[in-house]
Formats: sequence, C-alpha cells, structure tokens
Amino acid sequence: MAKRIDVSGLSAYYGSFRAIEDISMTIEPRTVTAFIGPSGCGKSTFLRTLNRMHEVTSGGRVEGKVMLDDENLYGAGVDPVAVRREVGMVFQRPNPFPTMSVFENVAAGLRLNGSYKKSALEDIVEKSLRGANLWNEVKDRLNKPGSGLSGGQQQRLCIARAIAVEPKVLLMDEPCSALDPISTLAIEDLIGELKDRFTIVIVTHNMQQAARVSDRTAFFNLAAVGQPGKLIEIDDTERIFSNPSVQATEDYISGRFG
Amino acid sequence: MDITTHNTTDAPPPTPQPTEAERKPAARGATRAGDRIFLGLSRGSGILLLVIMAAIAVFLTYRATLAISKDHGNFLTTLEWNTGVQPPSFGIAVLAYGTVISSIIAMVLAVPIAVAIALFLTHYAPRRLRGPIAYVIDLLAAVPSIVYGLWGALVLVPHLNGLFGWLNDYLGWTGIFSWEETAPRSMLTVGILLAIMILPVITNVSREVFRQVPQMHEEAALALGATRWEVIRMAVLPFGRSGVISASMLGLGRALGETMAVATVLSPDFLIHASLLNTGGGTFAQNIASKFGEANEFGRDALIASGLVLFVITLLVNGAARMIIARRAEYSGANA
Repeated sequence: MAKRIDVSGLSAYYGSFRAIEDISMTIEPRTVTAFIGPSGCGKSTFLRTLNRMHEVTSGGRVEGKVMLDDENLYGAGVDPVAVRREVGMVFQRPNPFPTMSVFENVAAGLRLNGSYKKSALEDIVEKSLRGANLWNEVKDRLNKPGSGLSGGQQQRLCIARAIAVEPKVLLMDEPCSALDPISTLAIEDLIGELKDRFTIVIVTHNMQQAARVSDRTAFFNLAAVGQPGKLIEIDDTERIFSNPSVQATEDYISGRFG
Repeated sequence: MDITTHNTTDAPPPTPQPTEAERKPAARGATRAGDRIFLGLSRGSGILLLVIMAAIAVFLTYRATLAISKDHGNFLTTLEWNTGVQPPSFGIAVLAYGTVISSIIAMVLAVPIAVAIALFLTHYAPRRLRGPIAYVIDLLAAVPSIVYGLWGALVLVPHLNGLFGWLNDYLGWTGIFSWEETAPRSMLTVGILLAIMILPVITNVSREVFRQVPQMHEEAALALGATRWEVIRMAVLPFGRSGVISASMLGLGRALGETMAVATVLSPDFLIHASLLNTGGGTFAQNIASKFGEANEFGRDALIASGLVLFVITLLVNGAARMIIARRAEYSGANA
C-alpha cells in the first residue's frame, strides 16, 4: 500500500558542505510529485534522502526527519536496507544488471527478500513486466541479457525491477533524460498508471514533463553556487505553472533564468 | 575522405589524375607520415610476436622429436627419467601430475583469498588503509622467486610438520592426506608456496577489476534493499567474473612454470604419490632446472621434450579459460 511521506527540517551534507537546507514537505499517497529546479539546487540529493541513498556517498549525512506514515526513516535503530526495500528507486541512466537476463533482473530484488517457488517467481516477474508495460516486448526473450534491450526498454525493465518488490514509494531521478521522446512518452504513460498503486516522486529537468505527469510540483533553488539548495514552494502542479506564489518560480518556469 | 574523392574525380584538368596505387592509402585514411609509421610499428610488433611464438614451437618440437624417437620407455607413462644410459628410458607422467596437482592446490588456496583481499580493499577497508595495503601487495609481487624458495625451505618447511600431522590425524583416511612422517617437502608444500607466490598478482588484477564496477550497478542493488554483501554478490562479483578468471590465469601461468622456488622446497623423486603429504614428486620446470646442468646433449633434448608438454598444457589451460569467458560474453559487464 502506498504511504504518505512527511519531511520536516531536513538538511543534507556532503562532508562539511550543506547541499540542501531545512526542507519540509508532505507528499500524499498515490500522487505524483515532481521536483524541478536548476542544476545543483539539490533536488536529486533531496530525493536520495528519501530512501537513505544519500548516505551511501562518502561524507554524506542527513539531519532532520522523514516520516513514512508513522515511521521515521532516520530514527534510531532503523536499518537503511529495510528502508530501501520500502522505497524503490529508478535512476537517471537505465542500469539493469548486465550480467543478468531480463527475468533475473526483475527477480533480483525478490531473491533478496527470501526464497520463492519457481511458479510464484514467474507470476511476479510477469506481473511486474506487465506493470511496466514491457511484457509484450520481452516475453519471448526473458532469458536474454537485459543489456540487449533498447534504452527505453531498459528503463522500463528497471521500473519493473523496482516495482517487483512492491515498494510503498517509487523515487525516479530524471528517468527520461537519457531517452528519446517516444520512450519518454511510454514512461510518462506508465507513471500515470503506477500512481494508482504507489506514491511517486520524480525529479525532472523537463518542465513540460512535470506539467504532464505530476499532481504536485516542488520548485527548488539555490541563492548562489556553493550555497545550499532550498525548497522555494510546493503546490498543485496546475497552480505552479499558471499562478505560482513566489516570483522566482514564475521566473524559472517562464524561462527568465535557469 | 569526401574531399579527397572530390579532388580525384572532379578536379580541373591541370591536376594530374592519381594512379590507383596513389589513391589507395588515401582511401584508407592513412595519408599522414605519423599514421603510416604507427601502422607499420604496430603491425610489425604483432607479426614479430607470432614469429617468436612459432620459432619457440618449432625449436621445442624439433629437439623434442630427436629425443622421443630414441625413448625406449613410453614418453607419456614411464615413471623414470634415465637419459644417460643405453637404451634411454624417460617419461613425463610424474612431472605432468606434479605440475598440475601443485598448481591446482595453489589455485584452490590462492584464488578465494585473493578475491577476498581484493573485495576488502575495494569495498570494506577504510580509505586510508587501502593505499598502504595495496602497496605491500605490489611489493610481494616483486619479490624474486628464489627468495620465496629460500623462505619456503628455511621457514615454511620446518613449520609444516604441525599442519601435516593435523591433516593426517583428521583427513588421513582419505588417502590424499595420509602422511608417513617424512620431511614435509611434498606436493602440498609446493602448492602452499606457489599459492603464496601467485596471491599478489591475482589480488592486484582482481582489485582493479572490482574497482571498475560502475557505481550505477552497485546503486541499483542498494536501491533494491541489498546489504553490502548482497551488493557484492549481485553486482560486483558477476561483473568482475571474467576479470577474476583472467587474473587467475596469470597466477596459474606463474604456478605452472615456477622453477627455483619449487626446486628449493621439494625433495623430488620419480614416483606418483597418492598422498599429497608424502615427500617426492616433481614438476616440469623443477625437473628441467635440476637436471639441465649435468645433462648430456641427448638428456637436454629429453628435458626440452618435457618443456614442450608444459607449453602444450599452458596453451590448453589458457584456451579453456578463454572459452569460459567467451561463453558468457553476452552477459559480460562490458555490455553495460
């Protein structure tokens, strides 16, 4: 079941450098929230704090609170591995495991969580591939290497891999930036379908994309290079793109800077 | 290339039409002197390598044929090496067995440890320890084999009595590990010493391979909720698989051909011992080194014949390794 994310007073650091400062927001379950903003404003860093991937980077640490329903992801004794099983992620560049077949790629996360009967595994893999709108294209080549697919197919394979373990939240870090327009459209359609089951957060540089796929949009900005990124505002996507409450947001989306 | 074609076809009359011979290098794009020199150098080096390989093979085969044609024993199965008597009788059975078995022991001991060290250095060790440890391993790789041999004979061998006794007590019933309390200068001794000697090169190459694993694959595994060990199992080891095989082949090459260290720790004889612990046995390289000095012309040919067999074994092993790598080529990490 999709869960609500409630962030309060969150800052993230690389060593002594503060990359994002004092971010608070609420993300409702079964919605798509887009993060937009200029490069270096910390939107990807913020995204990675939501599944505790930020601290994987050397020197990365986080202050503040991220509540997933009633559970603080940064609470004492919370295992980051367990967090990542609840909060899935899709990356900027399609990254299926090159050493695995299409089938094994989708099954990879399931195998971490325990042993499945072969038939059960096949069912989940098929369901996940169907969920990622990829089943018809790969059903005859499940045992071929995942790296043999096209870029757009690889990215949908990564989405299938992420949703196979039934996460509560799906994070997407510029999932279409390495794809052509047709593959991009396929992923955007897919996002629209997936939001019935998951809470989706997507970072994008493409403002049309944010406008097309998201219910809510958050605009991030930084005062200057070397300054921490901040959340400027978060609102309904329609409102952000028609009548934002902050001048900087309007300047950014109308192309006056950034 | 477009411009060149233009010049040659549509150029005004005063420009002389180039002949076929002149046009050829242009069509290949090798028009500059630097390109031609580099092409010649690299092609020449490639050909030279083939010529050297062929020359070695021809030399070994020719001298080996001289010896084998006069062998009154069976070259492949005879358990003795008598080349100074008439009629001569010699065979490579003991040497082939000893070379292969000691190399297998060395690989079984060294590869898992080397992979473990490489993983530790790339994924577990604190950053400031990585440099110094890698440096020490580089140093170990540079130690000459005779030094390993001396250390083996003076330090390792006297300390093996305990291990051999223990193996005999608990695993003696298998036959492979039974021990008659002879001096611990056996195939297992050789295998252990070889393992120590090939450990650095396997470690170093594996470490380089593991370092090449793209961050995005490790992050993919992490994002699925993999623990550090699961990341290694899911993303790092499969990616590094062919590299580790290549690294092991480098180590195996050294183990198969190691001469001085083996000659220093082994008490050779010409018997195949079922037990790895009992003194005796021999390897190709060790046998050649021990006998070459005092051998007559014919004896040397016989030793060269044994060298040819080692050459063939090495070729077979490398071919097998290449096949293993090629069979999984479409799943290679290089496709990422």
